[in-house]
Amino acid sequence: MTRSDPIRCEEVISHLLEYLDGEIDAEKRRQIDRHLQECRGCFSRAEFEKELRKKVQQLGRQKPPRSLQRRLKALIDQF
Amino acid sequence: MGDHVDDCTFFRAEIERLTDRLYGVALRLTGNPAAAEDLVSEAVLKAWSNLGQLEDRQCFPKWVLRILTNAFVSGCRKTSHEPTIALDEEGEERFSLFEQLHQPFLLWWSNPERELISKLLRKDVERALDNLPDGLRVVVVMVEIEGFSYAEVAAMLDIPIGTVRSRLSRARSTLQRALWRQAREAGLTTAA
Repeated sequence: MTRSDPIRCEEVISHLLEYLDGEIDAEKRRQIDRHLQECRGCFSRAEFEKELRKKVQQLGRQKPPRSLQRRLKALIDQF
Repeated sequence: MGDHVDDCTFFRAEIERLTDRLYGVALRLTGNPAAAEDLVSEAVLKAWSNLGQLEDRQCFPKWVLRILTNAFVSGCRKTSHEPTIALDEEGEERFSLFEQLHQPFLLWWSNPERELISKLLRKDVERALDNLPDGLRVVVVMVEIEGFSYAEVAAMLDIPIGTVRSRLSRARSTLQRALWRQAREAGLTTAA
């Protein structure tokens, strides 16, 4: 098994969001993983983006109004 | 008959468990509570009609979210409110909230970016996301909230994967710029 080449901060930052989305190839992922274990600045940035993303993800859950709950119950009762 | 009862029991339990998620996603996609209710109802009806096609019931949550999102996209197309067409494709300068806040030479007890994250309320993020142009908001919802891959988003919106990447990048810049503006207006940060 060969160790992948190190990459610079600029390259990590340019791929960071795709890295967090799980949208980069395995080799690049390994390089970024290793970089984040060693570079405090990039690590802080990755943690910040993750926290911000959690805030956005929380918006995907919303208590449904009673009217919707009643409507869905009535709909499913017909099935 | 037994199968039908089992299907109904499974379906009811899953929908009850997922209603807050379906409604949350629908609300973010439509930006309108009444339209969100209609969209969830439409998705539930379609999901029931197609339940026989779902091979692995463990995949029900993602499957029903895909039905809901497809219903939203096809509804936009029918009413000519195509979220992916009305968008100006010209990019603007990339903006990073972290770069505005981060001060590398501060001592360990001061961390402006972490402070801002802890002060952001749900309504702050909601406002920034809901104010994104439709074509940008939709890709953020699909990737960050629903967890679809870029390839899945490209297929659902019928756009090239490169366009998904560029819209997502632009959406995140615009979202972070809006949060920055809101944070400064609310006095949540003293960064320049």
